[in-house]
Amino acid sequence: MSRATISGDLNPRLIDSSIRAKDKLIYEQLKNYVFKHDLLVDKLIYKDVKLTATNDDQYFVFEDFIHQVLLLFSRDTTVLKHFAQSSATPPKSYIRGMLGVSDYAVVYPPNGIIPFHGFAMYVAPLCYVFDKPITLYYFFREIYTRHLFRLHTISSHPQGIVSICILFESLLQACQPHLFYHLRQMGAHPLRLAFKWLMRAFSGYLASDQLLLLWDRILGFNSLEPLAILAVAIFAFRRVNLLETSSYAAAEAVLADITTIKVMPLLQVILLPKD
Amino acid sequence: MTFSAALTTQIYTMASRTCKYACDMEKSVLVSNFDKRGWAQVTSDEEWNFYWASVVSAKTIFNVETGYRLQDDQIINHFPNHYELTRKDLLVKNLKRYRKELEKEGNPLAEKDELGHYCYMDFIPVTFLLPADYNLFVEEFRKNPSSTWIMKPTGKARGIGIFLINKLSQIKKWSRDSKTSSFQASSARDSYVISRYIDNPLLIGGKKFDLRMYVLVTSYRPLKCYIYELGFCRFCTVKYSASSAELDNMFIHLTNISVQKHGDDYNKQHGGKWNIQNLKLFLQSTRGREVTSKLFDDINWLIVHSLKAVAGVMNNDKHCFECYGYDIIIDDNLKPWLIEVNASPSLSATTVNDRTMKYNLINDTINLVMPGGEHPDVKWNKTPPKGLYGHYQLLYDEELAKQDQEFSKGKVSLGSGSRREGKVKHAATWK
Repeated sequence: MSRATISGDLNPRLIDSSIRAKDKLIYEQLKNYVFKHDLLVDKLIYKDVKLTATNDDQYFVFEDFIHQVLLLFSRDTTVLKHFAQSSATPPKSYIRGMLGVSDYAVVYPPNGIIPFHGFAMYVAPLCYVFDKPITLYYFFREIYTRHLFRLHTISSHPQGIVSICILFESLLQACQPHLFYHLRQMGAHPLRLAFKWLMRAFSGYLASDQLLLLWDRILGFNSLEPLAILAVAIFAFRRVNLLETSSYAAAEAVLADITTIKVMPLLQVILLPKD
Repeated sequence: MTFSAALTTQIYTMASRTCKYACDMEKSVLVSNFDKRGWAQVTSDEEWNFYWASVVSAKTIFNVETGYRLQDDQIINHFPNHYELTRKDLLVKNLKRYRKELEKEGNPLAEKDELGHYCYMDFIPVTFLLPADYNLFVEEFRKNPSSTWIMKPTGKARGIGIFLINKLSQIKKWSRDSKTSSFQASSARDSYVISRYIDNPLLIGGKKFDLRMYVLVTSYRPLKCYIYELGFCRFCTVKYSASSAELDNMFIHLTNISVQKHGDDYNKQHGGKWNIQNLKLFLQSTRGREVTSKLFDDINWLIVHSLKAVAGVMNNDKHCFECYGYDIIIDDNLKPWLIEVNASPSLSATTVNDRTMKYNLINDTINLVMPGGEHPDVKWNKTPPKGLYGHYQLLYDEELAKQDQEFSKGKVSLGSGSRREGKVKHAATWK
């Protein structure tokens, strides 16, 4: 897996990861903001990184990078632009004493996104590809505002998390009706089992090299659908074991460890027509 | 002999063929491996077949006065004079001698560049023995007065007694001319090695790390060594802050998350250890496939040469095998540096992954040194079947290499049929 694929060197129209002088200035300015002011969300970010990335034996090495990228990210107001594509609205706060007066409203945090448990895992896999924090930052910002934000906002958008879930369910039901019925019958609804994969775009669940291949496909297809397709493929792959389970806990155990899953063959099984 | 007598003899022999092991350390990764093979535990004073000994016990056994001869069905996990490799001062001495020998032979491996550095054999940092080489050291130090050097006592392990210096005054007492020094000729307690400190280590996530690789040697002449695929990187918990280039990128005065501890010194989940596969992925993605392959080839090179350097002086006792822990640092130019070789790498497990890895290490080691599984026999040819390698990879088999050479002197070369790893092909090619 070469750097060329995910950074778009081969495919410049995917994501332009070249850093211009203007970008450097903006980056420095964001750093200054971090030095000057603390935000309450900084504590959330800290906790999130400590609980997720620091405990992951693939990503713990990058905990400092991830922490710092997120600190910058939360102060970056250009991120607000993506709300034009989102049905979410950034949370607002009001200047003291002016509650409800829209002229005195400020977006909080500055980028409009309140971090949640697992948010750091959106940054973590990229650390394998970008060893300079500035490139890491810009690439993360781009991939987030283009794709990842849809995974944690409710919307009817065909790429949104709701649609991805629907896609997963209908695809699984179509490909593996017997398995689907079996799981539902015993109270282990497939979506309950797969949801965490979908929302985190499999980060922290797949092996890092496989995850990068998957995210590459997301960029290449310019779509989050590969997430649903892979989830279906994994269920199909572990079909035999899943059919033997008779409880939610047992089904969960079968799917607990997917670090051995190879993304490409599984995607191809679903995507390519059967002869 | 009657049928029943023959049968009785056979049953009697089989019963007494249960492998008996002695073990100096109460480590679960060892004991569980012995138990699962149905071996019987005995003390080291009794008749054992397999002895996983401490360095001290092994020394006693091989000692001319206190020791005893080993039988054909006894194997032990140390070579009598492993310290030729595992003591820092002797390793340096042997390497320097080996390089000079190659140079004298006119071997292309000993080629030097325009600065006088060895092209292929430059894998230990410039090192001197103190107090013996004090003057040579001073000469070298003065060439680069701003350099940092690291002082390590020769006899100790686990980082005890190590310190850094950047001024000559800090090591005055090792000066031979110094009136203050109570110069004792070869007191191991006072002798140190001083090496050039690698001040541009490769940093990942802003953190410094070193590499631990396991290497099994079953014979020195001919050299047969295997490298364990599941090596790992050991990361510092504190961020490295010497390099000014990094300072621009890092928010050094923000309290770094990695410094904040919740009571424990290390995280129980990963213990600061990073799988070598992660390192490979990171380097391939950030630096490119070719230079990454070259790095790992260089590491294999380094190991093979370090073993060849001591092969001549090593007591090639056929009852011995040894599993070494190689400590390697990679610098920012993706050049590996050999720091140390350990004869008794730690078998304690700090995390679940660690325990699994070390358990597999011992399992694969036993399979390679005792392929039959039941009873050691030192007369065997020490060429185990490939199916038993487990996570080991053949690094170099001198015997097989010679056979290949002789074969290719004929018409057809074995080519890929020899099934040796690419690293070994390099060694054969460069010769």
